[in-house]
Amino acid sequence: MLTTQHRNWKRFFIYLILSLLLVASVIVALALGAVEIPVKDVSLILAKKLGLFSSLAVDETFEGVINLIRLPRVLLGLLVGAALGVSGAAVQGIFRNPLAEPGLIGISAGASLFAVIIIALETALLAGLSQLLGYYLLAFGAFAGAALAAVLVYQLSKTDGRPNIAGMLLAGIAINAFAGALTGLVTYLADEQQLRTITFWMLGSLGGATWDTVTALLPFVLLPVLTLPLLGKSLNAFALGEAQADQLGLRTGRVKLQVVLLSTLAVGASVAVSGVIGFVGLLVPHIIRLLGGVDNRYVVPASALFGALILTLADTVSRVAVAPIELPIGVITSLLGTPVFLYILFKDKKKILR
Amino acid sequence: MLTVENVSYEVNQRKLVSDVTFSTASGELLAIIGANGAGKSTLLRMLSAERKPTEGHISLYGKKLKDYSPKELALKRAVLNQHNTVNMDFHCQEIVMMGRYPHFKNRPTEQDRRVIAETMKICGVLHLAGRSFLTLSGGEQQRVQFARVLAQIWDQSGALILMDEPVASMDIQYQQQTLAIAKALCKKGFMLVVILHEINLAALYADRILMLKNGQKWKDGAPLEVLNAEHIYSVFNVEAEVQMNRNTLQANVFSKELKLDAAHFNSFL
Repeated sequence: MLTTQHRNWKRFFIYLILSLLLVASVIVALALGAVEIPVKDVSLILAKKLGLFSSLAVDETFEGVINLIRLPRVLLGLLVGAALGVSGAAVQGIFRNPLAEPGLIGISAGASLFAVIIIALETALLAGLSQLLGYYLLAFGAFAGAALAAVLVYQLSKTDGRPNIAGMLLAGIAINAFAGALTGLVTYLADEQQLRTITFWMLGSLGGATWDTVTALLPFVLLPVLTLPLLGKSLNAFALGEAQADQLGLRTGRVKLQVVLLSTLAVGASVAVSGVIGFVGLLVPHIIRLLGGVDNRYVVPASALFGALILTLADTVSRVAVAPIELPIGVITSLLGTPVFLYILFKDKKKILR
Repeated sequence: MLTVENVSYEVNQRKLVSDVTFSTASGELLAIIGANGAGKSTLLRMLSAERKPTEGHISLYGKKLKDYSPKELALKRAVLNQHNTVNMDFHCQEIVMMGRYPHFKNRPTEQDRRVIAETMKICGVLHLAGRSFLTLSGGEQQRVQFARVLAQIWDQSGALILMDEPVASMDIQYQQQTLAIAKALCKKGFMLVVILHEINLAALYADRILMLKNGQKWKDGAPLEVLNAEHIYSVFNVEAEVQMNRNTLQANVFSKELKLDAAHFNSFL
């Protein structure tokens, strides 16, 4: 069984390279922007922040820019990216389908609906609220919408008291369509100013990043990122089929509940602070599988790393591509994601037709 | 020891299985035969604890199936399903190793590796170990699944192995080989309950045949008792001739040609 050993080494290298790229992308993201900061200074400031050389003399302007503006934004990108990647991998695992994504269980649609309703109400009813309070309201509303939609889909998918995957898919489609229709209705009734806000939110942005948002998001993302990889073996058994997984002694109902719950936590909270960022949850696990195989004990944690990497890069592109204007990050991920997705699709098609 | 007492399964007021009673012990290969829709698969699903009987009880080694925890049951019985679709591109070796999942927590032990090497060898798929499961033919896939199922209970003596039409997608060589492996496992003390479509394979390999009709037990006994022209006609609606091979003392069933005249088709067209 030489193949296993060979594959373990390969996966070790993938983890290593992904980690190195992640560190590099973080440094580049911190360096680029309206004020360009030399990589050397970025590294020094980071080292100082980590407490390595506390007495180090660094440029105070640079330190301020990184501390107040760029670092929280980069950290937010890392968290959101990891959340989308890890949930994408886990959801594809329980759906036994590499084309599934967290949005399928209604998370994004539910969050969008609630966000749009709050945006529409805000100017009318809640005009007195400060901007910060408005932002928190939006985030809480979006998270509540995501959770509500996911719970609804989960409950509707139950047959004889057990969640059924085909049912979950159908309930997901129904809830997505329903939430989509209501979102459309509210959008239709919105005024100019609200429309701009809605559009901006729907396209996703990490622009709202502050240390507060980072701290608020941290537990919601950390828990799923640390626990979903533990389900890797169970998700592998799922690949055999649900009945087969049951026969191997797996409590499949519990696994489904855990995945739905943890994904909703991660993606719901991410969407709440950053809006809808498409394609990451779908594509990241796919590319990870192409690189190192389909074993979920590797795919799930590696997807967290790769998702964080992709989002950091995408956000940097969104900030500097047409500076000083900022492109919505959802546009970047979908623009770059579509060709990659099509490539994978056609490659798979050949495999199937062979 | 597997005991099935007055088991029925009802869904939407339709009885798919009604009042079936039988038992089997380790060392026996029990074949279940019957027409399409006779309740064979439903019965097997109850034996595997995938479905709960609406009436009656099933117990394995004196303990009711419903009192087993999933993990406990996974160490006492394994199931080879009729259809096994895998959508992710796993290697065959990874698939077979999944049979050992109930035995290890994070990393497979030396014993797990040894077991999957043995079962892959026996099922004739060791050379496919590094191949992608999705690129295999239907028959090869089924043999890899068989190796996985065997890996699950390989070191659990007396375990129950359930198979739902295991050989339907295999060529004649592997049909024989798979059932020969099943037979050899019985000799080692395993219990096998196998649904078979091919009556002659049941005649060759089964120690006992359970014949189902409309969800009920129709006949239960040695192949030579169960397989006769009258029983086959009443269960399958097919005229057949049954001969006994004088050397092996095994039954051989020849079904007679079913002739439909043109008028028969004209009544549809």
